[in-house]
This record gives sequence, structure tokens and C-alpha cells, in this order.
Amino acid sequence: MKTIPLYAMAHARSGDKGDASNVGVIAYDQRGFEILSAWLTPDRVRAHFGEIVRGRVERYEIPNLRGLNFILHDALGGGGSASLKTDAQGKTHGMAMLRMLVEVPDDYAPPAVGPSGPLAPGGEL
Amino acid sequence: MSGSRRALRIANGQGFWGDSIDAPHRLIEEGPLDYLTLDYLAEVTMSIMQKARQRDPRAGYAPDFVELIRKTLPALRERGIRVVANAGGVNADGCRRALVEVAREQGAHGLRIGTVTGDDVLPRLDELIASGVSFANLDDGRPFAEVRDRVLSANVYISSFPGADALRQGAQIVVIGRSTDPGLVLAPLLAEYGWAADAWDLLAAGTIAGHILECGAQCTGGNFSRWWEVSGWDHLGYPIAEVAPDGTFVVTKHDGTGGLVTVDTVGEQLVYEMADPSRYITPDCVADFTSIRLEQAGPDRVRVFGIRGAPATDTYKVSISYLEGYKAVGQLTVSGPDAEPKARICADAIWGRLARAGIRFEETLTELVGVDACHGPITRGVAAPGEIVLRVGVKDRDRGKVDRFGKELAPLVTTGPPGVTGFAGGRPKATEVLGFWPALIPKSLVDPRVVVEEVP
Repeated sequence: MKTIPLYAMAHARSGDKGDASNVGVIAYDQRGFEILSAWLTPDRVRAHFGEIVRGRVERYEIPNLRGLNFILHDALGGGGSASLKTDAQGKTHGMAMLRMLVEVPDDYAPPAVGPSGPLAPGGEL
Repeated sequence: MSGSRRALRIANGQGFWGDSIDAPHRLIEEGPLDYLTLDYLAEVTMSIMQKARQRDPRAGYAPDFVELIRKTLPALRERGIRVVANAGGVNADGCRRALVEVAREQGAHGLRIGTVTGDDVLPRLDELIASGVSFANLDDGRPFAEVRDRVLSANVYISSFPGADALRQGAQIVVIGRSTDPGLVLAPLLAEYGWAADAWDLLAAGTIAGHILECGAQCTGGNFSRWWEVSGWDHLGYPIAEVAPDGTFVVTKHDGTGGLVTVDTVGEQLVYEMADPSRYITPDCVADFTSIRLEQAGPDRVRVFGIRGAPATDTYKVSISYLEGYKAVGQLTVSGPDAEPKARICADAIWGRLARAGIRFEETLTELVGVDACHGPITRGVAAPGEIVLRVGVKDRDRGKVDRFGKELAPLVTTGPPGVTGFAGGRPKATEVLGFWPALIPKSLVDPRVVVEEVP
């Protein structure tokens, strides 16, 4: 096994529903989707976000989009206009998710998606 | 209505109240269009509108929309573009009257302007409670009595069919109060293609087209993870769905505009603000996002097909807002060296001084922007930042305490560690905190009203 950033094998978007945020993660290829389906568990996501997520984490699968959708409950300090937080709507939670380090088999090479090579798509992680 | 009929081109030029003011103009000017939709609402917008109407009975809608129509009506009429907008707020009739006046000034005799109302149930709350509606909190089941006396607005997300009725009655502009965002796109499809109220797959297809378009440029390159692939940020194209009578559609943008439409940019928008992907519940249907197929059909063209839907539920969602208390947020900039420890001293000083003054708050927040404000433990301690914005905030039902907090920031510039600055814009003032309370209401108790008025 080796470790690569989620950034290198998937893209993501996040938004809000009340005091919960949702993070949709979309793998770049089918093998990546299968790896993430097994590895990217709600428990791992909750541990990654630490004190940001105060409630439970739910996961849904969207195989037709190679996607996993996570609901992060009690993660926005009240949400909407009730929140004091900079990111009251979870707009940056997708980018936070992509900073995760994922264990993948040694022979898995995600499709190159960035000018700096597959492991550093935009430069800094 | 034949199968060979060309697809309808429906665009969205406003993802939320405050989106680009140029986008609707550019959609009208930069290429062909049949319908322009504009989404002016967010969960808290209705309470803002309700307050505006309390101050002035003629207000309570999105005035930006009336100004937009003032500027674009000649082009809209010339090109036959029809407009559907949820700009009506809590006074769609007032919005229609203002639009009729604008059209009359421009000599647009015979132009029809429609409104859909009936979504505002604030005046009916007691009657509805008496008839058995609990308005229990949809998220956690709390009883409505907890907030009943502090309610500021209550609006039903109504179905797309009344908006379609207004279009069928010849309205070129339709103003809706509280519609769903995807419903703005579904309404023209219902009107043009005559889709039945139980054609669940078609209703789901129109709903998903609306979902993709509802946040404007978020499906055409905005907010895209692989930002380095996007070009033309200064003239991003806003999205257009070319929808065929069979419910299949192509997501695209006007030729020559910036941005990017790919399976990936559209896929990201599909998962935006999603809960259970197999049950995306709207007033019109239950759409199944696990049925969607995406295919690159050319440069900046993504074909969407295969969509399935299920029968709608027998309830509408009600969006209720209430006064939760007051909040204030302020910030100071702390330069290095040692920005982080110095910022922490500043924060401790603020909270310590307030505690010595005997003031405790229901909720406080301390953020170090540049360290961990957005990503918490994920970015903490990665590198020593050259400078930090210290952001502190409080929330409380007592407005006086919140205002007292606002006086505690400026002194840090001269009574804290060295290199503290950036205190501009005066003391942070207490602002109202609006709570959001979702609930359900039986559809049979809501009666949408359609009015179409002809400009004299």
C-alpha cells in the first residue's frame, strides 16, 4: 500500500443544509471509486474533520457518477445567518476533504489531472 | 409539441440574491435564448423581505429585479425571451405592480406579467395550527411552540404548475414568491411541453436540469475543483439547458464566453447541497440522482439523460424564520514575527476583559484566519503564518451584551502585543440572528393563486 492525497484521485464540492454540510466526492476513474468506496468511511471522514464536525457523518453512494456523498451534521456553528463562523455554509469543506491522505494499492496510479503531475495537481495541498 | 421540435434554451442568470449583476444582461445579449430564469432567494431572504415590508407596505420583493427589467425589457421583447423569477419575496403583487408601471412607461402595451402567490402562510399560521398542522421541526422534531412567538416569516415551497399556468396565459414575465430553485426551470417545460402532473420521469428530468442551473456559474467552471483548467474568469458564461420534449437535455453556455462545461463541472454541481441522492424531494416529484447519465457531447456541451423520478409526496416544505437573538463579529490583523502566539494573547485578552466586566455570552467564536478558520485541525500547525486575522464573535439574546463586546476590540491595538492593526470600519454592531425552522404542511391546505395582468 502507498499513500496519496485524495486531491490526486477525486474532485469534490460542498454546500449546506441548515447546520449540516454536504461533501460530494467524485473519483476520476472506476478503480478509484472502488478504492474510495471501501476506504473513505464515515468514521475516517469524521476523524479527518476533527472538531469541525460535532454530529454524525452519513454516507450515500452515487455509483453512476462514481460519487460518494457525505452529510456532516452539526458542522456549521448553527448554519446560515445564525453562525458566527467564517465558513458558515461549508463552502470550503470540499477542499478540506481533498486534503485527506488515502491508502491505495501500490499499483494504483490515478489519471493525471494537473499540470504538476498526478500527486500535486494544483501545487500545494 | 412534436418530437422533432428543437430543444428549448433555458438559462439561469442569477444563482442567489447578490449574484453578478451583469450575468442576466450577458445571457440576453451574447446568444440565443428562449427563457431566462433568475433565483433571488436563500433560506433567510424571506425574513429580510418581511422586514422591508413592515417598514414600507409597497416593499418586500427584490427591487433589483424591477431594475433589471427596466434595463432589459426592450431586448426581451425584441427577442421574445420570457422570464421566470422568484423575485416576489413576500409581496409578489407589489412586484408585479412595479413591473407593470415600468412596462407602461416604456410603452409595452399588451405585455402580460404574471404572479404566483399563496406561498406566504405567515398570516395563516394560527388557522393552520388550529386545523391540525404541527409545524414540528423537520430536522429534529422540536415542537413549534418553542419559536411560535418569534416567527418572522413562513413560506411554502410551492409546486411549479402555477408558474406554468401563468406562462400558458401568455405572461412574458412571471414573478413567483417562494418557489423552489429548480422549479424555475421546470415551469417553462411544463408550459411548453404539457408534461403531465404524474409524468414522474419527465418532472424529475426538468427538476435536475433546474438543480444543475440553480447556482448559476457553479456548473460552468465556477467553484470547480480543477480551477487551473478554467479560463476566462472575467467573463464566465452562465449556464443554459437545451431541453428536449423527452426530458433529455444538454448543459452548455453561450459561444465565446469564459468558463468550462464538462462532465466533471456538471457532476460537481449535481452533488451540491445534496442529501439522499436516490430521493431528492421537491414539491413536484422525487428525483433519483442515481439514475443520471452524463456524456460529453462536444466542447462545453454535456448531455444529460436516463433520469428517473418517483411520485411526489403529499406535503409541501415550509421555510420558517424566527428571531434567535443578536450577534456581532469583529476582527484585528496581527503581523509576525510570532503572529499566532500574539493573536492568541489578543483573543485571551478580549475574553478575559469581558469576563472581568461580568459579561458571559451564550456563544463565542475565536478564529485565526490564516491558520485554521476554514479547515480546523487539518491545517493547524502546518507552517508559521506571516500574519493572521484574528476573528472573534459572540451571540446572545441580550443585545446590550453583544454591543458591549464590540467595544473590546479597538483597545487591543494599544494594549496588546506589538504589530496589531487592521481595526477599521468602527466597532462591530449587534445584528439580528435569524433562526431557520423547516416544517411540513399538507398540500391540500395550500392554495396557490395565479394572476396575469396586461399592461395598458
